[in-house]
Amino acid sequence: MTQFLIGVGVVLFLVILLTIFRILRLINVARGTDKKHASSGNRINAMLFMVFLIVGGGLLVWYSVTEFEKYDPPVASEHGVVTDRLFWITMAVTGFVFIVTHIVLFYFSYRYQYTDKNKALFYPDNSKLEVIWTVIPAIVLSVLVFSGWKAWTDITDKAPDDAEVIEIMGYQFAWTVRYPGTDNQLGAYDYRLIDAENVWGIDFTDKSSFDDFTSGTEIHVPKGKPVLFKIRARDVLHSVYVPELRLKQDAVPGMPTRFWFVANKSTAEMREETGDPDYNYNVFCAEVCGRGHFSMRLRLVIDEPDEYEAWKAGKQPWLQSNPDYLAKVPSDLKELAVISAGISPVTEDNTAEAEKIN
Amino acid sequence: MSTANTEHPVVHDHAHDEEHHHGNFITTYIFSTDHKMIAKQYLLSGILWAFIGGSLSILFRLQLGFPEMDMSFLRPILGNWISETGSLDPEFYLALVTMHGTIMVFFVLTAGLSGTFSNFLIPLQIGARDMASGFMNMLSYWFFFLASIIMLSSLFLETGPAAGGWVVYPPLSALPQAIQGSGMGMTLWLVAMVFFIASQLLGGINYITTVINLRTRGMSFARLPLTIWAFFLTAVIGLLSFPVLVAASLLLLFDRSFGTSFYLSEIFINGEALPHLGGSPILYQHLFWFLGHPEVYIVLLPALGITSEIIATNARKPIFGYRAMVGSLLGITILSFVVWAHHMFVSGLNPFLGSIFMFLTLIIAVPSAVKVFNYLTTLWKGNIRFTTAMMFSIGLVSVFISGGITGIFLGNSAIDIQLHDTYFVVAHFHLVMGSASFFGLMAGVYHWFPKFFGRMMDKGLGYVHFWLTFIGVYMVFFPMHYIGIAGFPRRYYSFTTFDPFGAFADLNMFISIAAIITFFGQAIFAYNFFYSMFRGRIATLNPWKSNTLEWTTPLHPGHGNWPGEIPAVHRWPYDYSKPGAPEDFIPQTVPFSETPESNLPYENELIGIEREGKDTEKMDEPHAK
Repeated sequence: MTQFLIGVGVVLFLVILLTIFRILRLINVARGTDKKHASSGNRINAMLFMVFLIVGGGLLVWYSVTEFEKYDPPVASEHGVVTDRLFWITMAVTGFVFIVTHIVLFYFSYRYQYTDKNKALFYPDNSKLEVIWTVIPAIVLSVLVFSGWKAWTDITDKAPDDAEVIEIMGYQFAWTVRYPGTDNQLGAYDYRLIDAENVWGIDFTDKSSFDDFTSGTEIHVPKGKPVLFKIRARDVLHSVYVPELRLKQDAVPGMPTRFWFVANKSTAEMREETGDPDYNYNVFCAEVCGRGHFSMRLRLVIDEPDEYEAWKAGKQPWLQSNPDYLAKVPSDLKELAVISAGISPVTEDNTAEAEKIN
Repeated sequence: MSTANTEHPVVHDHAHDEEHHHGNFITTYIFSTDHKMIAKQYLLSGILWAFIGGSLSILFRLQLGFPEMDMSFLRPILGNWISETGSLDPEFYLALVTMHGTIMVFFVLTAGLSGTFSNFLIPLQIGARDMASGFMNMLSYWFFFLASIIMLSSLFLETGPAAGGWVVYPPLSALPQAIQGSGMGMTLWLVAMVFFIASQLLGGINYITTVINLRTRGMSFARLPLTIWAFFLTAVIGLLSFPVLVAASLLLLFDRSFGTSFYLSEIFINGEALPHLGGSPILYQHLFWFLGHPEVYIVLLPALGITSEIIATNARKPIFGYRAMVGSLLGITILSFVVWAHHMFVSGLNPFLGSIFMFLTLIIAVPSAVKVFNYLTTLWKGNIRFTTAMMFSIGLVSVFISGGITGIFLGNSAIDIQLHDTYFVVAHFHLVMGSASFFGLMAGVYHWFPKFFGRMMDKGLGYVHFWLTFIGVYMVFFPMHYIGIAGFPRRYYSFTTFDPFGAFADLNMFISIAAIITFFGQAIFAYNFFYSMFRGRIATLNPWKSNTLEWTTPLHPGHGNWPGEIPAVHRWPYDYSKPGAPEDFIPQTVPFSETPESNLPYENELIGIEREGKDTEKMDEPHAK
């Protein structure tokens, strides 16, 4: 039925098209407009350009003003405030140019439409004008670039030494995170050690890895403190994207990347600001990575610093929850591993067993 | 296409034509070495590809605008890409996006635009019998045709065509286990692109050689129409950048098929750690964008050249600042090679390199701005005739401004962090590169149709087509800015999981409806084009009262373009509305000695040189053939 209706629609469309065409053609022939340089069509088109300018401009202003809240995303990081300001400054400058050039373009089209009486002005060049409009854009652009460059160097500068280090890894099709634990050192990893449980490929010959803990459902970061994301990917390119933090950085297999920031609005504060009690930050993927690209999402929670410490304290080292992997720890480090990971006596039996197997 | 030569040229005394014989159907219409026929072949292929590429976009716009829609009615065409419940397969969605991009950028706007108009206009506007090598030119088209067949056939594979985005970044494009499209579909993509590039290089060498060597007497570089400058520099860009994509494709092919590790390292996928070590996906991105960015100008410059010519002709005014226009083309050409990494600000690129590329990128905005100001000044105090071509040219200037200024946001690496890979980027390049080039293509078709087929296209239908398209592209692409500012990422199959700021379901639906109307509106063009080809009004020899050389050829120029001698050129192509001249245009073939009433002081001095030139030219005659 639908197909039939579509078919009918198409046929009707074509018939209408043909009719219009025939009529227009006949009118043209009857009026003899074909032979003139500029028929009434010329005036109508010139006017339509003005109509387009006014109606289009009106719609632009109307939507931009009334829907501002909808498309202006909230910001929750310190550098985000800076880049947002740059964005709106650029918007003001380019918006001005956009509006002026369009008014000029359509007004000239309307004003200087063809008449038999007129003759165009022979005006092939004017060096002074050309220098002016080469130099002015160059200056304006330099100012914009310079402020952008300053922001960019600050953002991409080395993270402060006291930054919270968190590893975030993308794979098809999820994000997962690893925290360095009490020693503030992320353990080494090797992609060849990845298996069904140890999805990060954590290397347990490195003693920094014993107290590392992981989270696959949520990522917590503290407010008001520098946070350094160490970013990697396991299979294909992904891109860590947190819209509210103005944070985006590709995750590249074989080449770890990083991005540091200071969050300045906790989840609770953002819920209050937006008036949405269910508001959540999320990490999305911004680089096409396959079938589930659009569904890659990890909830991000921005805590007050004390809440954050409490949350961290409640997490078990990965090794503690997966004591089987003690077998991978070199024998001279085993004791340290048991202590760092806080493995309870019950599980020490497992260690003994594991040692036997070794 | 077959009308082109059905009516024999009015003047049929070519001494020249005899050496070519009148070919049979195959040598005239298929394996032709006549640049005009090859141009028509490119044009028809381009139009066909545009409809294919456009229809793919309609499919994914349906998904984005109406995510809940039951698409079972597409099962007869798309088969199992539509699930039993009538929803589009997410991998096929990515394949659609990928093929839409590939087809539009390479097969429509590169081959369709450059291939058509460089081929058609270079010999006609510089006064040459044909391209430097007609055979290579023919080969160029047939390599393109082969590439087309291969690319098209990949759409019908069971595993689908390439699906990693038109940039086909590895590792996604290298690993069939990551996405189905990276199997046979990707292999065909790479093979097709290699043939495509071979075609572009054969064409480009020809364009460059022809412009340098085969200009007619008096046609100095300073007297070249801006179209030719644009085509010439486009060919130079293509010649220098396309080979890099061949290299990138070959290395990717090696990684895929022979186990090398140029782009792959430390990959664990499907429960298996791959042996690749030491490669870098970033290397591919550098190589790709070393072509990819100049490619933007490869599709844009011809459109700007065409527009310059059409605006000057129809405003009845010389193009303002000819030298500045050539200078900005040159500036864009050179700078286009040193801005590629602005596509990679957040790729893991060294931030210092990011700074350098930010500076270089924003410099390239200057020549683009100069071009816009010069267009506006050309319209000022003109006497504008709104032919359809002129409308599309004015439309081009508008979309070029709209899309161009958003480049200033994206070229600023600090702002790009947020905007990268969002709909803001989609809006930006669809306006500045997609729509602008498309408008240039349309302007060119409407303007040179009388020279292509000896007949006129219908004006009324042209106007309807223009307004539908002009309003249409703004309705489709302008709202995307808002969606992008709100942070919505591109290449998302659905926004059900991306809902931080309230979905733009209404706006997405609006865009999809506008896209469907605009797409089907192109049927008006198709109808006008094919109808006029056979039944259009017979054109006059110089319907737009234009100055350039192509309008001095017969209505249906034979192979060789001019019966008898090639006309000599005595002046630049923009002597419109010259004070003192009886008409508002003076063709390039008119010597200064015949226009004492309108000559500028320095032009009077040239009269003497013209006379001397006449004597020496006699000796040069063989060269002109």
